[in-house]
Amino acid sequence: MSIRHGMLALLSRGRRYGYQLRQEFEASTGATWPLNIGQVYTTLSRMERDGLVEPGAADEQGRVVYTITEAGRTELARWFSTPVGQSDRPRDELVIKVAMAVASGEADVRAVIQAQRRATMRALQELNRAKRAEAAGAAQRLVLDSAIFKAEAEQRWLDHCEAVLKENNA
Amino acid sequence: MTVVVSLHDAGRVHDGVHALKGVNLEVSAGELVAVMGPSGSGKSTLLNLAGGLDRPTSGTVRIEGEDLAGVKDLAVVRRGRVGYVFQDLNLIPSLTAAENVMLPRELDGVSAGKARKEALAVLAELSLGDLADDFPEELSGGQRQRVAIARALVGERRLLLADEPTGALDTATGDGILGLLRGRCDAGAAVLLVTHEPRYAAWADRVVFLRDGEIADSTDVPLESAR
Repeated sequence: MSIRHGMLALLSRGRRYGYQLRQEFEASTGATWPLNIGQVYTTLSRMERDGLVEPGAADEQGRVVYTITEAGRTELARWFSTPVGQSDRPRDELVIKVAMAVASGEADVRAVIQAQRRATMRALQELNRAKRAEAAGAAQRLVLDSAIFKAEAEQRWLDHCEAVLKENNA
Repeated sequence: MTVVVSLHDAGRVHDGVHALKGVNLEVSAGELVAVMGPSGSGKSTLLNLAGGLDRPTSGTVRIEGEDLAGVKDLAVVRRGRVGYVFQDLNLIPSLTAAENVMLPRELDGVSAGKARKEALAVLAELSLGDLADDFPEELSGGQRQRVAIARALVGERRLLLADEPTGALDTATGDGILGLLRGRCDAGAAVLLVTHEPRYAAWADRVVFLRDGEIADSTDVPLESAR
Protein backbone atom coordinates (compact mmCIF):
# COMPACT_ATOMS: atom_id res chain seq x y z
CA MET A 1 0.00 0.00 0.00
CA SER A 2 1.45 3.28 -1.04
CA ILE A 3 1.43 5.76 1.82
CA ARG A 4 3.92 7.80 -0.14
CA HIS A 5 1.61 8.26 -3.12
CA GLY A 6 -1.40 8.88 -0.92
CA MET A 7 0.49 11.68 0.77
CA LEU A 8 1.63 13.12 -2.57
CA ALA A 9 -2.01 13.17 -3.68
CA LEU A 10 -2.99 15.19 -0.60
CA LEU A 11 -0.05 17.56 -1.06
CA SER A 12 -1.04 18.14 -4.70
CA ARG A 13 -4.03 20.11 -3.35
CA GLY A 14 -1.77 22.46 -1.40
CA ARG A 15 0.90 22.53 1.25
CA ARG A 16 0.29 20.64 4.46
CA TYR A 17 1.77 19.96 7.88
CA GLY A 18 2.57 16.34 8.80
CA TYR A 19 -0.32 16.08 11.27
CA GLN A 20 -2.72 17.38 8.60
CA LEU A 21 -1.55 14.70 6.18
CA ARG A 22 -2.25 12.04 8.76
CA GLN A 23 -5.75 13.37 9.49
CA GLU A 24 -6.70 13.78 5.85
CA PHE A 25 -5.31 10.43 4.83
CA GLU A 26 -7.45 8.70 7.43
CA ALA A 27 -10.49 10.82 6.62
CA SER A 28 -10.37 9.87 2.94
CA THR A 29 -9.78 6.17 3.50
CA GLY A 30 -12.26 5.77 6.35
CA ALA A 31 -9.50 4.93 8.83
CA THR A 32 -9.02 1.59 7.05
CA TRP A 33 -5.28 2.15 7.17
CA PRO A 34 -4.49 4.06 10.34
CA LEU A 35 -1.16 5.89 10.08
CA ASN A 36 1.01 6.75 13.00
CA ILE A 37 2.67 10.12 12.97
CA GLY A 38 6.10 8.45 12.90
CA GLN A 39 5.27 6.81 9.56
CA VAL A 40 4.17 10.17 8.22
CA TYR A 41 7.46 11.90 9.12
CA THR A 42 9.61 8.97 7.96
CA THR A 43 7.81 9.00 4.62
CA LEU A 44 8.12 12.79 4.33
CA SER A 45 11.87 12.72 4.97
CA ARG A 46 12.36 9.97 2.37
CA MET A 47 10.32 11.91 -0.15
CA GLU A 48 12.38 15.00 0.67
CA ARG A 49 15.56 12.96 0.04
CA ASP A 50 14.07 11.83 -3.31
CA GLY A 51 13.18 15.40 -4.25
CA LEU A 52 9.41 14.81 -4.31
CA VAL A 53 8.55 17.27 -1.51
CA GLU A 54 10.13 20.40 -0.07
CA PRO A 55 9.98 21.47 3.58
CA GLY A 56 9.42 25.13 4.47
CA ALA A 57 10.96 26.89 7.45
CA ALA A 58 9.78 25.68 10.87
CA ASP A 59 7.19 27.90 12.55
CA GLU A 60 7.44 29.07 16.18
CA GLN A 61 6.06 25.70 17.37
CA GLY A 62 8.68 23.86 15.32
CA ARG A 63 6.15 22.61 12.77
CA VAL A 64 7.25 22.26 9.17
CA VAL A 65 4.94 22.71 6.23
CA TYR A 66 5.61 20.55 3.15
CA THR A 67 5.08 21.41 -0.52
CA ILE A 68 4.97 19.01 -3.47
CA THR A 69 7.73 19.55 -6.09
CA GLU A 70 7.50 19.27 -9.87
CA ALA A 71 9.18 15.82 -9.60
CA GLY A 72 6.57 14.93 -6.97
CA ARG A 73 3.75 15.86 -9.35
CA THR A 74 5.33 13.77 -12.11
CA GLU A 75 5.64 10.78 -9.77
CA LEU A 76 2.00 11.19 -8.68
CA ALA A 77 0.81 11.32 -12.30
CA ARG A 78 2.85 8.20 -13.07
CA TRP A 79 1.26 6.40 -10.12
CA PHE A 80 -2.29 7.32 -11.12
CA SER A 81 -1.68 6.23 -14.72
CA THR A 82 -0.13 2.84 -13.82
CA PRO A 83 -2.48 -0.08 -13.10
CA VAL A 84 -1.72 -2.17 -10.03
CA GLY A 85 -0.26 -5.57 -11.01
CA GLN A 86 -1.63 -8.79 -9.56
CA SER A 87 1.87 -9.81 -8.51
CA ASP A 88 2.30 -6.62 -6.46
CA ARG A 89 -0.24 -7.92 -3.99
CA PRO A 90 0.77 -10.00 -1.02
CA ARG A 91 0.18 -13.76 -0.96
CA ASP A 92 -3.22 -14.76 0.20
CA GLU A 93 -3.01 -16.87 3.34
CA LEU A 94 -6.50 -18.27 2.95
CA VAL A 95 -5.77 -19.61 -0.53
CA ILE A 96 -2.60 -21.27 0.73
CA LYS A 97 -4.44 -22.69 3.73
CA VAL A 98 -7.19 -24.28 1.65
CA ALA A 99 -4.73 -25.59 -0.94
CA MET A 100 -2.60 -27.14 1.79
CA ALA A 101 -5.64 -28.58 3.57
CA VAL A 102 -6.58 -30.34 0.33
CA ALA A 103 -3.04 -31.37 -0.65
CA SER A 104 -1.94 -32.65 2.73
CA GLY A 105 -5.11 -34.61 3.40
CA GLU A 106 -4.47 -33.81 7.08
CA ALA A 107 -7.26 -31.33 7.68
CA ASP A 108 -11.04 -31.45 7.40
CA VAL A 109 -11.33 -29.18 4.38
CA ARG A 110 -15.07 -28.78 4.73
CA ALA A 111 -14.62 -27.54 8.29
CA VAL A 112 -11.89 -25.11 7.20
CA ILE A 113 -14.19 -23.74 4.51
CA GLN A 114 -17.18 -23.48 6.83
CA ALA A 115 -15.30 -21.70 9.59
CA GLN A 116 -13.91 -19.23 7.07
CA ARG A 117 -17.29 -18.65 5.48
CA ARG A 118 -18.83 -17.83 8.83
CA ALA A 119 -15.99 -15.47 9.69
CA THR A 120 -16.07 -13.75 6.31
CA MET A 121 -19.86 -13.33 6.54
CA ARG A 122 -19.41 -11.71 9.94
CA ALA A 123 -16.83 -9.36 8.49
CA LEU A 124 -19.23 -8.57 5.66
CA GLN A 125 -22.00 -7.83 8.17
CA GLU A 126 -19.69 -5.46 10.04
CA LEU A 127 -18.73 -3.71 6.80
CA ASN A 128 -22.38 -3.37 5.89
CA ARG A 129 -23.08 -1.79 9.26
CA ALA A 130 -20.18 0.60 8.89
CA LYS A 131 -21.44 1.60 5.46
CA ARG A 132 -24.97 2.19 6.70
CA ALA A 133 -23.73 4.23 9.65
CA GLU A 134 -21.30 6.19 7.52
CA ALA A 135 -22.35 9.78 7.08
CA ALA A 136 -19.03 10.27 5.37
CA GLY A 137 -17.81 11.26 1.94
CA ALA A 138 -17.62 9.32 -1.29
CA ALA A 139 -13.96 8.34 -0.83
CA GLN A 140 -14.65 6.57 2.46
CA ARG A 141 -17.71 4.78 1.12
CA LEU A 142 -15.79 3.53 -1.88
CA VAL A 143 -13.07 2.17 0.40
CA LEU A 144 -15.76 0.27 2.35
CA ASP A 145 -17.29 -0.91 -0.94
CA SER A 146 -13.93 -2.27 -2.00
CA ALA A 147 -13.69 -4.32 1.19
CA ILE A 148 -17.27 -5.55 0.60
CA PHE A 149 -16.50 -6.66 -2.96
CA LYS A 150 -13.36 -8.48 -1.77
CA ALA A 151 -15.18 -10.27 1.04
CA GLU A 152 -17.90 -11.20 -1.42
CA ALA A 153 -15.37 -12.63 -3.87
CA GLU A 154 -13.83 -14.66 -1.05
CA GLN A 155 -17.25 -16.00 -0.10
CA ARG A 156 -17.98 -17.02 -3.68
CA TRP A 157 -14.61 -18.69 -3.97
CA LEU A 158 -15.31 -20.68 -0.78
CA ASP A 159 -18.65 -21.84 -2.22
CA HIS A 160 -16.83 -22.79 -5.39
CA CYS A 161 -14.21 -24.79 -3.43
CA GLU A 162 -16.96 -26.63 -1.62
CA ALA A 163 -18.82 -27.47 -4.83
CA VAL A 164 -15.67 -28.67 -6.61
CA LEU A 165 -14.54 -30.83 -3.70
CA LYS A 166 -18.03 -32.32 -3.35
CA GLU A 167 -17.98 -33.24 -7.04
CA ASN A 168 -14.54 -34.83 -6.71
CA ASN A 169 -15.68 -36.91 -3.75
CA ALA A 170 -18.90 -38.02 -5.40
CA MET B 1 -39.00 -10.32 20.88
CA THR B 2 -42.15 -11.81 19.42
CA VAL B 3 -41.56 -14.76 17.17
CA VAL B 4 -43.44 -14.11 13.91
CA VAL B 5 -42.66 -17.31 12.05
CA SER B 6 -41.23 -20.56 13.33
CA LEU B 7 -40.35 -23.84 11.68
CA HIS B 8 -40.00 -26.80 14.00
CA ASP B 9 -38.33 -29.91 12.59
CA ALA B 10 -39.93 -28.97 9.27
CA GLY B 11 -39.40 -31.26 6.30
CA ARG B 12 -40.74 -31.40 2.78
CA VAL B 13 -40.64 -34.38 0.46
CA HIS B 14 -41.25 -33.75 -3.25
CA ASP B 15 -41.80 -36.96 -5.24
CA GLY B 16 -39.75 -39.02 -2.83
CA VAL B 17 -36.94 -36.43 -2.69
CA HIS B 18 -36.22 -34.70 0.63
CA ALA B 19 -36.12 -31.06 -0.40
CA LEU B 20 -35.97 -30.01 3.23
CA LYS B 21 -35.03 -32.12 6.25
CA GLY B 22 -35.89 -31.30 9.84
CA VAL B 23 -35.24 -27.56 9.73
CA ASN B 24 -35.59 -25.47 12.88
CA LEU B 25 -35.79 -21.73 12.38
CA GLU B 26 -37.43 -18.76 14.08
CA VAL B 27 -37.72 -15.22 12.82
CA SER B 28 -38.78 -12.54 15.30
CA ALA B 29 -40.33 -9.13 14.82
CA GLY B 30 -37.60 -6.68 13.86
CA GLU B 31 -35.29 -9.41 12.69
CA LEU B 32 -33.89 -9.94 9.21
CA VAL B 33 -32.72 -13.48 8.53
CA ALA B 34 -30.94 -14.37 5.29
CA VAL B 35 -30.86 -17.88 3.86
CA MET B 36 -27.95 -18.78 1.59
CA GLY B 37 -27.10 -21.94 -0.25
CA PRO B 38 -26.43 -23.40 -3.69
CA SER B 39 -29.32 -24.10 -6.03
CA GLY B 40 -31.16 -27.22 -4.97
CA SER B 41 -30.21 -26.73 -1.31
CA GLY B 42 -33.83 -26.09 -0.32
CA LYS B 43 -33.86 -22.29 -0.03
CA SER B 44 -37.08 -21.72 -1.93
CA THR B 45 -38.78 -24.71 -0.30
CA LEU B 46 -37.96 -23.21 3.08
CA LEU B 47 -39.37 -19.85 2.04
CA ASN B 48 -42.53 -21.44 0.64
CA LEU B 49 -43.14 -23.29 3.90
CA ALA B 50 -42.46 -20.20 6.02
CA GLY B 51 -44.94 -18.17 3.98
CA GLY B 52 -47.74 -20.72 3.84
CA LEU B 53 -47.37 -21.22 0.10
CA ASP B 54 -46.79 -24.91 0.76
CA ARG B 55 -47.26 -27.31 3.66
CA PRO B 56 -44.53 -29.38 5.33
CA THR B 57 -44.70 -33.18 5.01
CA SER B 58 -43.25 -33.42 8.55
CA GLY B 59 -42.83 -31.01 11.45
CA THR B 60 -44.72 -27.78 12.06
CA VAL B 61 -44.82 -24.22 10.78
CA ARG B 62 -46.38 -21.45 12.86
CA ILE B 63 -47.13 -17.91 11.80
CA GLU B 64 -47.73 -15.59 14.75
CA GLY B 65 -48.25 -18.66 16.93
CA GLU B 66 -50.84 -20.30 14.70
CA ASP B 67 -50.00 -23.83 13.55
CA LEU B 68 -50.62 -23.81 9.80
CA ALA B 69 -51.57 -27.51 9.94
CA GLY B 70 -54.83 -26.40 11.55
CA VAL B 71 -55.54 -23.77 8.90
CA LYS B 72 -57.86 -24.98 6.15
CA ASP B 73 -57.42 -22.06 3.81
CA LEU B 74 -53.80 -20.92 3.75
CA ALA B 75 -54.73 -18.10 1.39
CA VAL B 76 -56.39 -16.25 4.25
CA VAL B 77 -53.17 -16.34 6.31
CA ARG B 78 -51.11 -15.33 3.30
CA ARG B 79 -53.24 -12.39 2.34
CA GLY B 80 -53.62 -11.04 5.82
CA ARG B 81 -50.15 -11.44 7.26
CA VAL B 82 -47.51 -12.22 4.68
CA GLY B 83 -45.95 -10.10 1.96
CA TYR B 84 -43.94 -11.67 -0.85
CA VAL B 85 -41.24 -10.21 -3.06
CA PHE B 86 -39.97 -12.43 -5.82
CA GLN B 87 -37.29 -12.13 -8.44
CA ASP B 88 -39.71 -11.91 -11.32
CA LEU B 89 -41.62 -8.82 -10.49
CA ASN B 90 -44.96 -9.83 -11.93
CA LEU B 91 -46.34 -6.33 -12.01
CA ILE B 92 -49.41 -6.30 -14.19
CA PRO B 93 -48.45 -4.27 -17.26
CA SER B 94 -51.89 -2.81 -17.91
CA LEU B 95 -52.19 -1.41 -14.37
CA THR B 96 -50.40 1.66 -13.00
CA ALA B 97 -47.94 1.40 -10.12
CA ALA B 98 -50.65 2.45 -7.64
CA GLU B 99 -53.19 0.00 -9.10
CA ASN B 100 -50.66 -2.83 -8.85
CA VAL B 101 -50.08 -2.01 -5.20
CA MET B 102 -53.84 -1.73 -4.52
CA LEU B 103 -54.56 -5.14 -5.94
CA PRO B 104 -53.87 -7.36 -2.92
CA ARG B 105 -55.93 -5.06 -0.70
CA GLU B 106 -58.84 -5.16 -3.09
CA LEU B 107 -58.57 -8.96 -3.02
CA ASP B 108 -58.76 -8.65 0.77
CA GLY B 109 -62.13 -6.98 0.26
CA VAL B 110 -60.98 -3.45 1.09
CA SER B 111 -62.82 -0.71 -0.81
CA ALA B 112 -61.08 0.78 -3.83
CA GLY B 113 -60.88 4.21 -2.22
CA LYS B 114 -59.26 2.91 0.93
CA ALA B 115 -56.96 0.59 -1.05
CA ARG B 116 -55.77 3.52 -3.16
CA LYS B 117 -55.11 5.62 -0.09
CA GLU B 118 -53.04 2.82 1.43
CA ALA B 119 -51.19 2.23 -1.83
CA LEU B 120 -50.29 5.92 -2.17
CA ALA B 121 -49.05 6.00 1.42
CA VAL B 122 -46.73 3.05 0.99
CA LEU B 123 -45.50 4.31 -2.40
CA ALA B 124 -44.70 7.66 -0.82
CA GLU B 125 -42.83 5.89 1.96
CA LEU B 126 -40.65 4.22 -0.65
CA SER B 127 -40.09 7.55 -2.46
CA LEU B 128 -42.25 6.40 -5.36
CA GLY B 129 -45.07 8.89 -4.83
CA ASP B 130 -44.39 10.69 -8.11
CA LEU B 131 -44.59 7.46 -10.08
CA ALA B 132 -47.94 6.27 -8.72
CA ASP B 133 -49.73 6.77 -12.02
CA ASP B 134 -46.97 5.43 -14.26
CA PHE B 135 -47.26 2.06 -15.95
CA PRO B 136 -44.58 -0.62 -15.33
CA GLU B 137 -43.03 -0.13 -18.78
CA GLU B 138 -42.39 3.52 -17.91
CA LEU B 139 -40.34 2.55 -14.85
CA SER B 140 -36.70 1.48 -14.50
CA GLY B 141 -35.83 -2.00 -13.23
CA GLY B 142 -35.05 -0.66 -9.77
CA GLN B 143 -38.29 1.34 -9.64
CA ARG B 144 -40.34 -1.68 -10.73
CA GLN B 145 -38.78 -3.76 -8.00
CA ARG B 146 -39.57 -1.06 -5.43
CA VAL B 147 -43.20 -1.04 -6.60
CA ALA B 148 -43.25 -4.83 -6.19
CA ILE B 149 -41.97 -4.35 -2.66
CA ALA B 150 -44.60 -1.69 -2.00
CA ARG B 151 -47.21 -4.24 -3.09
CA ALA B 152 -45.75 -6.75 -0.63
CA LEU B 153 -45.85 -4.22 2.19
CA VAL B 154 -49.30 -2.72 1.76
CA GLY B 155 -51.75 -3.60 4.51
CA GLU B 156 -49.14 -3.77 7.25
CA ARG B 157 -48.00 -7.33 6.85
CA ARG B 158 -45.88 -8.49 9.77
CA LEU B 159 -43.94 -11.12 7.81
CA LEU B 160 -42.09 -10.33 4.64
CA LEU B 161 -40.57 -13.03 2.44
CA ALA B 162 -38.12 -12.11 -0.27
CA ASP B 163 -36.73 -14.59 -2.81
CA GLU B 164 -33.74 -13.10 -4.64
CA PRO B 165 -35.40 -9.67 -4.55
CA THR B 166 -32.42 -7.97 -6.16
CA GLY B 167 -32.60 -10.17 -9.27
CA ALA B 168 -30.42 -8.73 -11.98
CA LEU B 169 -30.23 -5.23 -10.52
CA ASP B 170 -26.83 -3.53 -10.30
CA THR B 171 -25.25 -3.49 -6.86
CA ALA B 172 -26.10 0.11 -5.97
CA THR B 173 -29.80 -0.42 -6.84
CA GLY B 174 -29.73 -3.78 -5.08
CA ASP B 175 -28.35 -2.12 -1.96
CA GLY B 176 -31.28 0.31 -2.18
CA ILE B 177 -33.75 -2.61 -2.18
CA LEU B 178 -32.05 -4.16 0.85
CA GLY B 179 -32.14 -0.77 2.54
CA LEU B 180 -35.93 -0.79 2.13
CA LEU B 181 -36.30 -4.29 3.56
CA ARG B 182 -33.98 -3.39 6.42
CA GLY B 183 -36.05 -0.29 7.12
CA ARG B 184 -39.27 -2.31 7.34
CA CYS B 185 -37.51 -4.71 9.62
CA ASP B 186 -36.33 -1.95 11.91
CA ALA B 187 -39.95 -0.74 11.95
CA GLY B 188 -40.98 -4.11 13.39
CA ALA B 189 -41.54 -6.54 10.50
CA ALA B 190 -39.95 -9.98 10.38
CA VAL B 191 -38.07 -10.50 7.12
CA LEU B 192 -36.86 -13.77 5.65
CA LEU B 193 -34.58 -13.25 2.67
CA VAL B 194 -33.26 -15.84 0.25
CA THR B 195 -30.21 -14.73 -1.68
CA HIS B 196 -27.10 -16.16 -3.26
CA GLU B 197 -25.30 -12.84 -3.00
CA PRO B 198 -23.15 -12.50 0.13
CA ARG B 199 -23.27 -8.70 0.00
CA TYR B 200 -27.05 -8.70 0.40
CA ALA B 201 -27.01 -11.44 3.03
CA ALA B 202 -24.74 -9.14 5.02
CA TRP B 203 -27.71 -6.83 5.67
CA ALA B 204 -29.22 -9.57 7.84
CA ASP B 205 -28.99 -9.98 11.60
CA ARG B 206 -28.43 -13.67 11.10
CA VAL B 207 -27.32 -15.71 8.10
CA VAL B 208 -28.32 -19.35 7.70
CA PHE B 209 -26.43 -21.61 5.27
CA LEU B 210 -28.46 -24.45 3.73
CA ARG B 211 -26.86 -27.56 2.25
CA ASP B 212 -28.84 -30.50 0.85
CA GLY B 213 -32.01 -29.46 2.64
CA GLU B 214 -30.41 -28.98 6.04
CA ILE B 215 -29.06 -26.02 7.96
CA ALA B 216 -25.31 -26.62 7.69
CA ASP B 217 -24.20 -23.55 9.54
CA SER B 218 -25.34 -20.14 10.70
CA THR B 219 -23.98 -16.93 12.13
CA ASP B 220 -26.23 -17.93 14.99
CA VAL B 221 -25.72 -15.09 17.43
CA PRO B 222 -27.24 -11.90 16.09
CA LEU B 223 -24.59 -9.23 15.75
CA GLU B 224 -26.35 -6.91 18.17
CA SER B 225 -25.94 -9.27 21.12
CA ALA B 226 -22.48 -10.34 19.98
CA ARG B 227 -21.21 -6.85 20.67
